[in-house]
Amino acid sequence: MDSGGIAAGAEDVVSFFRECGERGEVALPVVRTGSYGYAFADPLVEVKNAAADPPVLYGLVDKAVAARIVEEHIGQGRLINDHIVASRIRGLALDGPTTAILVKDTSQEDGDKTKFLQASILDELKNRDYGDRIQVVRALDMGIYQEGVVVQLLPSCVTYTNVLSRDIARIVDGCGPSGAVLNDLLHSRPDTQVRIVLRNCGKMDPESLNAAIAHGGYEGLVRAFTDGKPEAVIETIQASGLRGRGGAGFPTGLKWKLTRASEADHRFVICNADEGDPGAFMDRSILEGDPHAVLEGLILAAYAIGADKGFFYIRAEYPLAVKRVELALTQAREHGLLGRDILGSGWNFDAEVRLGAGAFVCGEETALIASIEGRRGSPEPRPPYPSVSGLWGKPTCINNVETLAAVPWIVAHGADAYARYGTGESKGTKVFAVTGKVRNSQLVEVPMGTPVREIIYDICGGMQDNLDLKGVQTGGPSGGIIPESRLDTPVAYESLQALGSIMGSGGMLAMNENDCMVDVVSFYLKFCVDESCGKCAPCRIGGYQMLQLLLKIGRGRGSLEDLEQIERICKTMQCASLCGLGQTAPNPVLSTLRFFKEEYLAYIEGGASYARKRKRALSEGKSLKEAG
Amino acid sequence: MQTATKSPLEDLDTEMRAEIRHCLDKWKEKDGNLIMILHEIQNRHGYVPRGASLFLAQETGVAVARIYEVLTFYHYFRLVPPGKHNLTVCNGTACYLKGSGRVLGELERRLGISEGKTTSDRLFHLETVRCIGYCAMAPAMVVDGKAMGKLTTDDVASVVEKIRKREEGESNGQSRN
Amino acid sequence: MAVEVPFGSSILDAARAVQVDIPTLCKHKDLLPTAACGLCIVKVGGSRKMPRACATEIEDGMEIVTHDAELTEIRKATIELILSNHPNACLTCGRNGDCELQTIAGNFGIRQDVIPRYVRDLEPDCSTGSIIMDFTKCIKCGRCVQVCQEMQNVWALSFLERGINNRMAPAGDISLSESPCVRCGQCSAHCPTGAIVENDETTTVWEALRDSSKYCVVQVAPSVRVALGEAFGYPPGTDLTGKIYSVLRRLGFKAVFDTTFAADLTILEEAAEFVDRFASGKGELPLITSCCPAWVDYMEKRFADFIPNFSTAKSPQQMLGVMAKTYFASESGIDPATIYQVSIMPCTAKKYELERSEEMYASGHKDVDVALTTREFARMIKQSGIAFRDLPEGKSDSILGTYSGAGVLFGNTGGVMEAALRTAYFMVSGKNLEKEAINIMPVRGLDGIKSAALDVQGTEVRVAVAHGLGNVERLLLTVRQARRNGEPPPYHFIEVMACPGGCIGGGGQPYGVCDELRRQRMKGIVDSDLGMALRFSHENPEIKKIYSDFLGEPLGEKAHQLLHTRYKDRPAYQR
Ligand SMILES: Cc1cc2nc3c(=O)[nH]c(=O)nc-3n(C[C@H](O)[C@H](O)[C@H](O)COP(=O)(O)O)c2cc1C
Ligand code: SF4
Ligand code: SF4
Ligand code: SF4
Ligand code: SF4
Ligand code: SF4
Ligand code: SF4
Ligand code: SF4
Ligand code: FES
Ligand code: FES
Ligand code: FES
Repeated sequence: MDSGGIAAGAEDVVSFFRECGERGEVALPVVRTGSYGYAFADPLVEVKNAAADPPVLYGLVDKAVAARIVEEHIGQGRLINDHIVASRIRGLALDGPTTAILVKDTSQEDGDKTKFLQASILDELKNRDYGDRIQVVRALDMGIYQEGVVVQLLPSCVTYTNVLSRDIARIVDGCGPSGAVLNDLLHSRPDTQVRIVLRNCGKMDPESLNAAIAHGGYEGLVRAFTDGKPEAVIETIQASGLRGRGGAGFPTGLKWKLTRASEADHRFVICNADEGDPGAFMDRSILEGDPHAVLEGLILAAYAIGADKGFFYIRAEYPLAVKRVELALTQAREHGLLGRDILGSGWNFDAEVRLGAGAFVCGEETALIASIEGRRGSPEPRPPYPSVSGLWGKPTCINNVETLAAVPWIVAHGADAYARYGTGESKGTKVFAVTGKVRNSQLVEVPMGTPVREIIYDICGGMQDNLDLKGVQTGGPSGGIIPESRLDTPVAYESLQALGSIMGSGGMLAMNENDCMVDVVSFYLKFCVDESCGKCAPCRIGGYQMLQLLLKIGRGRGSLEDLEQIERICKTMQCASLCGLGQTAPNPVLSTLRFFKEEYLAYIEGGASYARKRKRALSEGKSLKEAG
Repeated sequence: MQTATKSPLEDLDTEMRAEIRHCLDKWKEKDGNLIMILHEIQNRHGYVPRGASLFLAQETGVAVARIYEVLTFYHYFRLVPPGKHNLTVCNGTACYLKGSGRVLGELERRLGISEGKTTSDRLFHLETVRCIGYCAMAPAMVVDGKAMGKLTTDDVASVVEKIRKREEGESNGQSRN
Repeated sequence: MAVEVPFGSSILDAARAVQVDIPTLCKHKDLLPTAACGLCIVKVGGSRKMPRACATEIEDGMEIVTHDAELTEIRKATIELILSNHPNACLTCGRNGDCELQTIAGNFGIRQDVIPRYVRDLEPDCSTGSIIMDFTKCIKCGRCVQVCQEMQNVWALSFLERGINNRMAPAGDISLSESPCVRCGQCSAHCPTGAIVENDETTTVWEALRDSSKYCVVQVAPSVRVALGEAFGYPPGTDLTGKIYSVLRRLGFKAVFDTTFAADLTILEEAAEFVDRFASGKGELPLITSCCPAWVDYMEKRFADFIPNFSTAKSPQQMLGVMAKTYFASESGIDPATIYQVSIMPCTAKKYELERSEEMYASGHKDVDVALTTREFARMIKQSGIAFRDLPEGKSDSILGTYSGAGVLFGNTGGVMEAALRTAYFMVSGKNLEKEAINIMPVRGLDGIKSAALDVQGTEVRVAVAHGLGNVERLLLTVRQARRNGEPPPYHFIEVMACPGGCIGGGGQPYGVCDELRRQRMKGIVDSDLGMALRFSHENPEIKKIYSDFLGEPLGEKAHQLLHTRYKDRPAYQR
């Protein structure tokens, strides 16, 4: 469970299980984990009855469901309808007798169809007298969408799609002792997702060092120490092609090399966990789900550049992440992974947590440094870059949470294993937090180069309520909007930039036909205006004035001259703002002016009455046409 | 001509002094401790009282100017006591797209205050926050530390009225005693 | 165009070295770049980024475009944005005609308000009586904050809030008079706009001059004479003493005194104090000068444990004031109640000094009625219609008007020290310093802290001079440390002036101060001293006369009553 889960009531559920345990009703140990990423189904509970049984993941578990889990699943071995999130691993062979069948109709208007299916399969099973041996259970989610009826056999995880009534008999045949896989129905496409950064999230207790070690934690560190020099770590990272996941995409190995090259008596490493992009929650989930991976990444970074002190700069709004990181630090310190003479290497390094206090701009490197030093988070001109003169004037390397979480994996598995994924200039995988009007809001981790369409439709189940997708915003308030026509764009630094958007930290917001671009852009710009530090004139005043013009257009009082003025201010902000916030704040505006100019024109031409109608439609979640 | 003024610090109660000293003991060895100390003060009092800032300045040598620069820059810090009940509406992207504006509007109307403000009876404090990790249940808000999702304007109204009723009950109960 | 500049120069410096002027609003020569305005952007190489010239170090082989159509357009749009957040109230603004924002808007030919105006409603702060802050005119360049926090180490100013609400404000969001502000006015001297200006009291003075029941007299400070000319097209450092006397008479002052006379008087008192403490062991060492009211205020707020070290001698302004309303009044038979005393000062803190404590009423009246800064004085002259440049040289009144070269030195950092040492040497040894030794070089110049050891009759006198309040703390801490350790003081005599360069760099002087300008003004002062036959305060005949006729001895009873003051511990924050 992560903070999302806790917000959704996970705390109640955990204490319920604990109480049951104390009363002796549950003999299983209760373990908390981090988030698996399935935000749409929070809170999640995974039940693993006996060692031989496959684990079963339940979603949307409230107290009532928890009670049923205890009674029916744990007590009587019966799976519970409508709460199971099916495994994304799809089996290709039947390696034993089937014990349960999951069913779900994956079309948009699923309704009673699944129930009907469940009944038909049950009937068929009864016909063959398998009825009491094999359970048929309705799933909450299959991870497969728009593929008609999907059936998954457990424990083999063999999955069939587009199942028709006439196929049921054949499937049930396959559940018999001499069953064979039905190749014409088999869903053999492997999951697009590749879990490197999220490798342990949701799979282990993030508050336990032993669990982390059991899941391969600190292997990278041991490897780095035994393999030899810090330079070798830098070389590995450079060879892996890892680029910063905090937004700018600067090559991580090169950053480390530059920081190492700066002469100094002290050097610092900082983990940037300020995740300020509204609607992004990757970094939080990683910190909450696998804090040791990030810590190990930080230690490796420190080792590589020769730092003796590190900081986690975490938003104060993430108390659980803070707690888990602090715990990880204590555990690591107790076990000689931090402090003096780490693992007998003779090298000293320690780290501590510093809190942000509600300022998006503090994600910017120089502002972050100012904040750790106890000042206002106002950016400073660069150069000098932090790699030369950072925290207290010393060379400092700042890396994003996700970047650091990838590092131990790369060091442990080698640069090639990582570079195998991705495109020419963008290697490896990227985590996205997909939200908005998609069916299943969740975290996804895909290889670079995966088309946006695939993320939205194949992984997240497409659009909610079967409405048409209008655009996908990437990069949050600094990014741009990818229109439906460009949805096949692969996610990579260069391709997104070419569209006037950015990869950003990984927020991905899907908008449907009823959403209004002028409104969404005003929202993003308002965010930047609220979060501008106010130091430099182009951003401080430019952002504010542009917002006024946008709002004016949104009231139906705008003119074509206002649009010209907006473009002029955009240009000024991009060129003359001091830091990334002001320089990128115009991106959403410019990209919508490029792809959705007609929406602006509609407001200008339609005037106030159009604006009122539009507003009403928006607040009712209807399309303008429906609203009349 | 100026008359002698006494230092505003003379009124600061000893408990607060002791608290701040305690906090300083913990942090004094560390560079750049200001924000962490302010966090601790706020966590304890719900805001950072002026006296605490002045005393902190005196003890650490950090200028009051610097402390106020920091306090007013970061949204997290408060200079006035919060209300008894805190309503925090999520205004993250997902919530916005799904109608957090309506939720906020209803609260503002019902409480008669704008975002970031406290009602004059100090009963309610209304603020917004960016993403509480409840995106899948958008629009969401946190009421006195407890999150609620998929809000409608009716839900919001009933939350407010429930708290009001409870409070009225309490104060009536007290006056009868 | 190729240019070679020293290592570490900015692109802006490099451009200036080849006579290319990149527009700037936030960078000030005295200060580190704040990189706030965004006007100085340039293009480097083929990069799409546009770095700020003021904050970017130049590198070998850089190719820089400083002006082209695109840059000009962006700069112009930036200025328009700044103007859209500005009241544009030039006609009633304290900086009208001498404002960096106004000038740059003019240069860019901005002819229209293209963006609707948004100005936050903020009340001006007039609480100090010395300076007035109109926050609506602030462009957030950050100069004043840097000046107040770093150059002056006062920390009265800060930025509060953020984004469009970011505002310059007195520290801790209270009024300036309740803050640690010492009224040095350096913020106003560095502000590019009318957001911080001196409290203009010219109208009050005009009224007094027109009031026939008042007998208006005036005094003019040493440092004013070498800076006023800048407002009339003279090069900095031009000594205009004679023209100043003439114009003051034409303005209607009945008597024209010179603060420099009182500087000599201060020296007699202060040197006597020093000799008392140094040679006779009466009182604490080091002795610290007290003629700068901003420094006095600072000491009372931050270093009250040094009160016993402070010279109790009043500043020259106040000494002249009290002498005018006692000695001059009785000598010329005028009722002191009718005397209205105006002082022309380089300084905004002098306005505060007038009412600093009850000792400022030693004559039984307010000793000095109003203090004008050099800038206000220039404004009065311009209003009066007098063609200043064409005026003949005038003379001061013989009583309270004659001065020595030593007195003139008061305008420079180190000057009080130098003048006092000249007289102290005489008091100890009975002899004057020899020709060359008169110029005490180690205490001159613009180093933040200057120190010297001098031989007075076989005894070593260690002295130190600090200017710019930011330099004071370091110096006083060494003294405090020695005191704690029970060691002899590292210095016997310390001079402090709040403004960098001393009063020639005062907060009320004409705009545009920088080290180069300070040097030129300082040269004007030093040349004036060198050009005088009279170079010792104790040889000033009027000073001798005033002691024999009226005051008696330095540090005598009468002198004590009229010329000395007391100090008290004041809280830095009143709220
Ligand atoms: C306004 C602004 C906000 C930023 N916010 C974040 C953030 O929340 N988290 C983050 O990791 N990087 C953020 N960045 C990017 C960082 O400045 C920096 O590039 C990054 O932390 C470097 O780490 P990386 O190389 O691992 O990406 C932000 C940049 C800007 C300009
Ligand atoms: S661009 Fe905006 S956030 Fe960045 S320094 Fe300028 S005002 Fe601050
Ligand atoms: S500050 Fe300058 S531009 Fe602004 S009103 Fe005054 S003179 Fe005009
Ligand atoms: S500059 Fe223009 S606005 Fe100002 S006084 Fe002259 S004519 Fe009027
Ligand atoms: S007058 Fe001096 S002390 Fe006061 S605010 Fe200005 S710079 Fe600071
Ligand atoms: S008051 Fe003047 S110096 Fe200070 S920030 Fe504003 S414009 Fe700049
Ligand atoms: S100290 Fe400065 S202001 Fe005072 S008399 Fe001397 S020169 Fe003038
Ligand atoms: S140095 Fe001179 S001008 Fe500056 S505050 Fe002191 S007396 Fe005034
Ligand atoms: S946007 Fe509201 S909870 Fe994430
Ligand atoms: S002068 Fe360089 S940014 Fe203002
Ligand atoms: S006015 Fe700037 S230091 Fe003098």
